[in-house]
Amino acid sequence: MAALLARYAECIFWMARYMERAENLARILDVHETFARDSFGSTNWLPILRLNADEKRFFELYPTASVKNVLNFYVLDQNNPTSIIAAIASARENARQLRPLISTEMWAHLNMFYNRLLALEPATDLAQHNIQRLCASIKEACQTHTGITEGTFFRDQGWYFYQLGRNLERADQATRVLDIKYHTLLPSPRDIGTPIDISQWNSLLRSAAGYHAFRRVYPRGMTPAAVAGFLLFNDNFPRSVLVCMREVDSLLNRLNSKYRLRRGTLPLERSDELLGNLSNQTIESVISVGLHEYLDGLQINFGKLSNDIAQAFFLIDEPGTLSA
Amino acid sequence: MSGSGKGVDDLLSSYDANGFYDELFGSASKPASHTEAVKDRLRQLQYDDLRRRASDAERELYNLGITFLVYSDAKAVDRILPFDVIPRIIAAKEWAHLEKGVQQRIAALNMFLHDIYHDQHVLKDGIIPAELVLGNANYRPQMQGITLPFKTYIHIAGVDLVRDHEGTFRVLEDNGRVPSGVSYVVENRHMMLRAFPDLMGDIGLRNVENYGAKLLEAMCEIAPPRADVDSYDPQVVLLSPGAYNSAYFEHIFLAREMGVPLVEGRDLAVIDDKVYMKTTGGLRRVDSIYRRIGDDFLDPKAFNPDSLLGVPGIFEAYRKGNVALANAIGTGVADDKAVYAYVPRMIKYYLGEDALIPNVDTHICREPDALQYTLDNLDKLVVKPVGEAGGYGITIGPRASKAELEECRAKLLEDPANYISQPMVPLSVCPTLTEEGIEPRHVDLRPFAITAKSTWVLPGGLTRVALKKGTLIVNSSQGGGSKDTWVLTEGGEAETEPVADDSTDPFHTQSQSQSQSQ
Repeated sequence: MAALLARYAECIFWMARYMERAENLARILDVHETFARDSFGSTNWLPILRLNADEKRFFELYPTASVKNVLNFYVLDQNNPTSIIAAIASARENARQLRPLISTEMWAHLNMFYNRLLALEPATDLAQHNIQRLCASIKEACQTHTGITEGTFFRDQGWYFYQLGRNLERADQATRVLDIKYHTLLPSPRDIGTPIDISQWNSLLRSAAGYHAFRRVYPRGMTPAAVAGFLLFNDNFPRSVLVCMREVDSLLNRLNSKYRLRRGTLPLERSDELLGNLSNQTIESVISVGLHEYLDGLQINFGKLSNDIAQAFFLIDEPGTLSA
Repeated sequence: MSGSGKGVDDLLSSYDANGFYDELFGSASKPASHTEAVKDRLRQLQYDDLRRRASDAERELYNLGITFLVYSDAKAVDRILPFDVIPRIIAAKEWAHLEKGVQQRIAALNMFLHDIYHDQHVLKDGIIPAELVLGNANYRPQMQGITLPFKTYIHIAGVDLVRDHEGTFRVLEDNGRVPSGVSYVVENRHMMLRAFPDLMGDIGLRNVENYGAKLLEAMCEIAPPRADVDSYDPQVVLLSPGAYNSAYFEHIFLAREMGVPLVEGRDLAVIDDKVYMKTTGGLRRVDSIYRRIGDDFLDPKAFNPDSLLGVPGIFEAYRKGNVALANAIGTGVADDKAVYAYVPRMIKYYLGEDALIPNVDTHICREPDALQYTLDNLDKLVVKPVGEAGGYGITIGPRASKAELEECRAKLLEDPANYISQPMVPLSVCPTLTEEGIEPRHVDLRPFAITAKSTWVLPGGLTRVALKKGTLIVNSSQGGGSKDTWVLTEGGEAETEPVADDSTDPFHTQSQSQSQSQ
């Protein structure tokens, strides 16, 4: 069976993560712009800056958290490593190294996507009436990437690392978006039962394309606990943390069994443990301990898992790892 | 833009090659009859249509990332190699001659390299001055006494040919280190197949599709035998300096065509004089390496100690016969400009034959008569230092100022052995799509040859075209572009030519190329 270069595995893993990251950010910005207005019809963009704890860096570059500034920071600012264009640029750099491995179509699409972002004009493309269109087109470009990858990427080890990166990033992003909303979502006595309250919930679910799915599970009513529980623990929602982690665990299992990557036991142990924990949680018990603390714990564990994966598969230096 | 609204027919009727040999029309004394069919089809096209298809093709090259990196303002920018859609066409018979000529030349160069790294008969017999070889910066004493499979040193060669005003092909220089550009040969063909199916249908072209397969075959042939594995399938890899090398696209292209991993120095490790690559499952033995890194950077332990691109210890593994390298180390001494002048004598010495493709007349200034001739005709000659690559230090007599000529004269007198001189070759031209319509532009030709047990030559090669009016410079860095090169089949029968999906990058590695034009 063809061996996979450790560096390629790392590039694939990160290419997938960056694409997923860009898509999530486009979703969040889009939905925030549309649904997260208060009763005066204006949006507060500050919470978005908490997504990656970006406030400090943001205010070093921009004087105010205006719509224009925040959007520029997150969409087109190449100096911001957490911007969409930075994510796509990183995905493309990884893809450039992967060109011997990925399909020409994957590369060509990513290349064109990046060049299209480069050509955007902040003054027009980031104007308020164009934001939705822009975010939608970025999201669709990411989805096109997913589709091309699904349809053309050879199904060997590389495919597993791609899916690992994608699912791990998706799980991580889900906890982040839930965490920033946590503060705004806990209803203040003033807002309970108001239309604003409902629209905030919509916003969160829609950013994860989960509104309709949520309605199928909970046709009536919407509580903070139900939404958080849905995004964390739903069994069938493709962006829930549980579904993503179940996928990660199964990928690691198959890497070990099918490709006999003996060093893979370390990340597998951590992933088993994480999955076990997620499967046996209820949102009520999480909330009673503290949702923020729980999400924080998950993010730390995702980070550790990512490191374990790197240790096991990407950093092959010791002579002790000789194989045939 | 001139030509708009016209037919290609009109433009070709008023086309004038200005006295140069023309690749599409030939010359008055030697008209090109083999191009009739293509000319007829070209004439039926509209100029605007031709232009539209040309710009579509260029956009596609960009989108597919068939680009090379250039560095400007400390930023890496992707550039495509400009592609001209009017093909350069070579008759079957003419190609048969060139193919034999290239094979002959590669055979002699390989025998020469084996000789100088073993008994040095060629030096002892006084065919080539010993100091020219042993004092050459590219001569690697570490290679002394190492015997290679099939005594092949130059596994991949690019031989730069030019065609003079009489229509005679001549060798301008040999590239026996890390020649590049072959990916464009294949990609240009793909582009033409997509953009001009009407121009090439049923014409009877030799296909260029199997370069990767031939290269892999050669890499497997030279892989050292292994007793420790049952069914031995040599692990071949392509070693690249990395994604920021200007020729990275070509590395990708070749790795994909061969179906082998593209590795960088950091992906390899040497343990107990054996080479391994780092995979997700641990270290894995490597048997045969197509390296696109120069000798100097290959192994900091053996050569340049500052190199970060290379693999420490790889030379020792190579010396012990545990891994194959293509090209071999130390081939640079054979494609040196001064040694070039001796290649016809080398062919005679080793093969007892006359060179099938002549050199450009070369005056070796270490020889007193040649020095005198050069000094007497300085304003007509191109003077080249022998040790420099990349066209540095060249004086083009007819274009030089008085002061430059005097400076050149002083240098010649000071160190004659460091120089050769050649006449200006009036390079052939080929009709080319320009802003001004269809105009003659100078071209050269770089055929690619692969050698393990025997030598295989890719039909055609890379035709580079000097896109700037009047200039002889075909280098990509100087506004050069490329054309598809069509070698016709003997009876005009089409070979089956599958359309593949892929894509490449040019030739910065060794751009000594059209040296007189620097």
